[in-house]
Amino acid sequence: MEIPKELKYAKTHEWIKVEKEMGTVGITDYAQEQLTDVVFVELPQIGKVVSKGEAVAVVESVKSVSDIYAPVSSEVTGVNKELENNPGLINKEPYGKGWIFKLKMKDPKELDSLLSAEEYEKTVTSDR
Amino acid sequence: MLKKTPLFETHKRLGAKIIEFGPWLMPLYYTSIVDEHNTVRNRVGLFDVSHMGEFNIRGKDALAFVQRLITNDASYLDNNQVLYTPMCNDKGTIIDDLLVYKFSDEHFMFVVNASNIEKDYKWIEGVVKRFGKDIVLKDISDETPLLALQGPKSQETLQKVTDLDLSQIKYYWFQKGMIEEIQVIISRTGYTGEDGFEIYIKPEYAPKVWNKILEVGKEEGIKPIGLGARDTLRLECAMLLYGNDMDETRTPLETNIAWTVKSDKENFIGEEALLKQKEEGIKQKLIGFELLERGIPRHNYPILKNREKIGIVTSGGFSPTLKKGIGLGYVKTDFSKEGTEIQIQIREKLVKAQIVKIPFYRRK
Repeated sequence: MEIPKELKYAKTHEWIKVEKEMGTVGITDYAQEQLTDVVFVELPQIGKVVSKGEAVAVVESVKSVSDIYAPVSSEVTGVNKELENNPGLINKEPYGKGWIFKLKMKDPKELDSLLSAEEYEKTVTSDR
Repeated sequence: MLKKTPLFETHKRLGAKIIEFGPWLMPLYYTSIVDEHNTVRNRVGLFDVSHMGEFNIRGKDALAFVQRLITNDASYLDNNQVLYTPMCNDKGTIIDDLLVYKFSDEHFMFVVNASNIEKDYKWIEGVVKRFGKDIVLKDISDETPLLALQGPKSQETLQKVTDLDLSQIKYYWFQKGMIEEIQVIISRTGYTGEDGFEIYIKPEYAPKVWNKILEVGKEEGIKPIGLGARDTLRLECAMLLYGNDMDETRTPLETNIAWTVKSDKENFIGEEALLKQKEEGIKQKLIGFELLERGIPRHNYPILKNREKIGIVTSGGFSPTLKKGIGLGYVKTDFSKEGTEIQIQIREKLVKAQIVKIPFYRRK
């Protein structure tokens, strides 16, 4: 299970990669492994404003429907259209081509409440 | 208390993701549902379906008794033949759907859904009392593990380990035989839409038979298959799932198994109600649909026509073979014609769909 050091994590299994006030969000390797076979992704509208913890997107595997939550309060600035035709990218490259949406943060201080790679690893290994 | 099949430890060793299925701990998948699905469509897969229930029904008047219980006609069965049928109550609604194995006029075996074992047993016991003749009913579920070997390569695979000439077992027939030195019953039946067999064994031999089949099937590309793929496979073939697509609020006449109601046979439980329903007309019908847009329909999503609710999805999902969302559901009969455009409500969105001919998939 891969947990890149440079990313921040939410307990709900999203990762965020931060560049200044912009961020890219996806789901973790652990999450995709639990879901298996992602077959559908419902992407948000660009411009959608969300609070931290609010459902932004939906990822469906063969067996289940999962909400993807905003790790921080933000505005959606971009979505990964490629997932519409190839949702399996989330399984293949959860931290790369399988990214889900980009956002502009409202309050970068909210990042402090997210988990580091080490902290996230602890939460998922205790899950097992 | 959660129940384990005799293969539980074997599944864990194979790395299965285990889920609770009613009272049972069962494998959902070993690697991935889509991969397992494709393995059964293209090669061969082995399932543990030991959670299914089995009852023995014996007695001089067993045939007449079975005929009372079921809507289909068992009088045409030869020994060693299998019949698919619903079992209805007096209202004509479905208590369960099951397989009837005929050993002789005096001995039948019912194979029933795992979730209905207790309910079915009580129902049949009650009918025995009213029947007034000697019938011996026995629940042999716990002593009857069941494996399913399914896929185009299943005969090739199984032939390597059995003394039976499998080419002589026709669809919906069975034989007693041996796998290695172990006694089994093998029927040419299944729940996947592919050629395949179901194998009834004694509990102590289940792991041995399971491992042997996986071993000899390597050349054919065999894999163990979980309940996840079992569900996607049966859905593509529009095989109904009890509890989803039918229950005690539905009659067989509303479904695609209306052919299993044989009104010309002797009197059976539910006959009057079913005759009456036929005369009065069927108000809702089971249909199959596929999505015309992206999305995945699921159990209990509303079905609409011109923004008005006309029905409900009872089974839905992503079809790995067709690579789109498909589903079964009930709609008002007026809207049940093939080609009718409908909408499925997925969360807040209305997604376009079309009623299509079922099964969605038929093997070549």
